[in-house]
Amino acid sequence: MIELSNLTKSFNSGQPNQFTAVDNVTLAINPQQITVLKGPSGSGKTSLLSMIGCMARPTSGRIFLRGVAAALPFRQDGADAVEITSLPERFLNEIRRSTFGFIFQQFNLVKGISVLENVMLPAYPTGEGRAEFRARAVSLLEQFSIARLASQRVELLSGGELQRVAIARALINNPSIIIADEPTAHLDSKLSHEFMEIVGRLKGEGKSVLIASHDPIVFDSPLIDTLVEMRDGAIVASRSCR
Amino acid sequence: MKRAIERHLNILEFTLASLLRRKAKNFSLLAMYLMVVFMLASLQFFVTALKREAAIILDDAPDMVVQRLTAGRQDLVPTGHAAEIARIRGVTAVRPRLWGYYYDALNGANYTVMAGDDTSAKTESASIGSGVAKARNLAVGDLLPLIGYDKAPVMVEIGTIFPSGSDLIAADLIIISPANFQRLFNLPGGQATDLAVTVRNPKELATVAAKIAELFPGSRPILKSEIQRTYQSVFDWRGGMTLMILASALLSFIIFAWDKATGLSAEERKEIGILKSIGWETSDVLLLKFWEGIVISLTAFLLGTILAYGHVFFLSAPLFVQALKGWSVIYPRFQLVPVVDAYQLAVLFFLTVVPYTTATIIPCWRAATTDPDAAMRY
Ligand SMILES: Nc1ncnc2c1ncn2[C@@H]1O[C@H](COP(=O)(O)OP(=O)(O)OP(=O)(O)O)[C@@H](O)[C@H]1O
Ligand SMILES: [Mg+2]
Repeated sequence: MIELSNLTKSFNSGQPNQFTAVDNVTLAINPQQITVLKGPSGSGKTSLLSMIGCMARPTSGRIFLRGVAAALPFRQDGADAVEITSLPERFLNEIRRSTFGFIFQQFNLVKGISVLENVMLPAYPTGEGRAEFRARAVSLLEQFSIARLASQRVELLSGGELQRVAIARALINNPSIIIADEPTAHLDSKLSHEFMEIVGRLKGEGKSVLIASHDPIVFDSPLIDTLVEMRDGAIVASRSCR
Repeated sequence: MKRAIERHLNILEFTLASLLRRKAKNFSLLAMYLMVVFMLASLQFFVTALKREAAIILDDAPDMVVQRLTAGRQDLVPTGHAAEIARIRGVTAVRPRLWGYYYDALNGANYTVMAGDDTSAKTESASIGSGVAKARNLAVGDLLPLIGYDKAPVMVEIGTIFPSGSDLIAADLIIISPANFQRLFNLPGGQATDLAVTVRNPKELATVAAKIAELFPGSRPILKSEIQRTYQSVFDWRGGMTLMILASALLSFIIFAWDKATGLSAEERKEIGILKSIGWETSDVLLLKFWEGIVISLTAFLLGTILAYGHVFFLSAPLFVQALKGWSVIYPRFQLVPVVDAYQLAVLFFLTVVPYTTATIIPCWRAATTDPDAAMRY
């Protein structure tokens, strides 16, 4: 469970071009569910996701992660929740690596190296034995029916294959929360439906999924649990779809 | 601890995969780097080995040699001087020496001919260096006709061949009896090429030399230490010339490498952003770049040094022989005894591996410290 409390993100604070991308957001995101952030371009979805994913720090407000504390090498005053905005960089990275898996709009795969290597990439610096995460990567590729592409370089793949590689990569470190930013923006409707199917499967495996999207295939999908609507950095509506 | 090692291994593994992506670029870089290291290391090995050879030769040389000058040119010394010098306090022995050069018209080589002082040996007997033996295809027991000043042959019989590879100068040596020496060069009796003086206390060498100069105004005493210094400076000077050329090559390489390494392409920058966004820390990215620099520069250093070792000590430095040796033509090939100066090698290491690795890491510093969320907005 993720709890956001009065979260605000301002760019260029104190300058004439100051801009508040996320404005005083308070929200609870349920575990093991699919939550979709919907809103027009510039409404602050990406900014919000990067704060939740420990990629950027909020200007003010707090973020609590519940149920992930056990996976971490440290604890905050015995509580089960971790308040991440006050953590030093090193711990943030640790949480990001162990808790979150990211799927980017552009997939952000590294060119020139193989599909398998791309999938394993987030595991390299964790210090886990190569054999272990390699086996995991291979089984992920099998799971997404792209095992035959394992040694292929990524620039030769089709859009749908690229997307599945990106998903496999997001899952390599066994994260409990998947964050996807506009995952279907570059996909046709068939591939977009396929993506939602995979997301449904991940939820079935007990993962929490957080998606930012203005694609109706995503936010109208029967699979999603909660739809959060944003406008100008603020939440205008949040409803359960169950 | 185990995790830390795994992390290094994993990142090193990715480094290799990553380097292989830009094969052409990285291999050409490696090849150039390798060449520079090879040349520098070769030169270093070569000069060190030559210096050592010279030192070994000079070890056997007498403390002092007394020559006589006539009209500014070296002339023969009357052997009678020897007895007078021997009377100077502190002098233990004075030995008149006979030596000169012999031109072998057969193969255009110059040999050093010395008169041995062993009177017990047969007059016809001679000892020769391995170079001479090879040049004239001689074995022990063979006869070697030397052409005298009057074109009359002087026959000598080979008694000993000095073992090859022992040193540089012995290779071109022919030692014959004093009688044959006199016959070969038509030397007047009672004359020597120079006098070898042995002094009991090395501290008295300068005093003894001054006394000799006083006693025989036309004489020139030369101390071993002076010869040593001359040898060293000749090697250093020649080595220095070659080093200058190599240094300019190295410099242009550094500029080239700096340019290659520092110019972080947009693609590389983006890649660093991706790595950060998928959970790599700044230190992980820098570690990756560190390994990248190390892999290239260390490979170049190790391979270059090994190749240089083979070049100098197995192939006898064909690339440098002309520039550095200038000995007689008898040395188309000679074997240097391997010596490696660890200190110089360490200097070479620091001059090659460290700057390159630094040049690889520094430009990535900025890219690696960007916020990971930048990758969200590509
Ligand atoms: N580094 C930054 N500096 C200044 N302004 C920024 C920065 N990053 C984002 N913004 C601004 O913050 C606002 C919110 O951006 P954000 O990317 O979160 O929107 P979004 O909802 O994801 O939009 P889209 O649907 O187009 O992806 C935008 O107006 C953007 O210009
Ligand atoms: Mg966005």
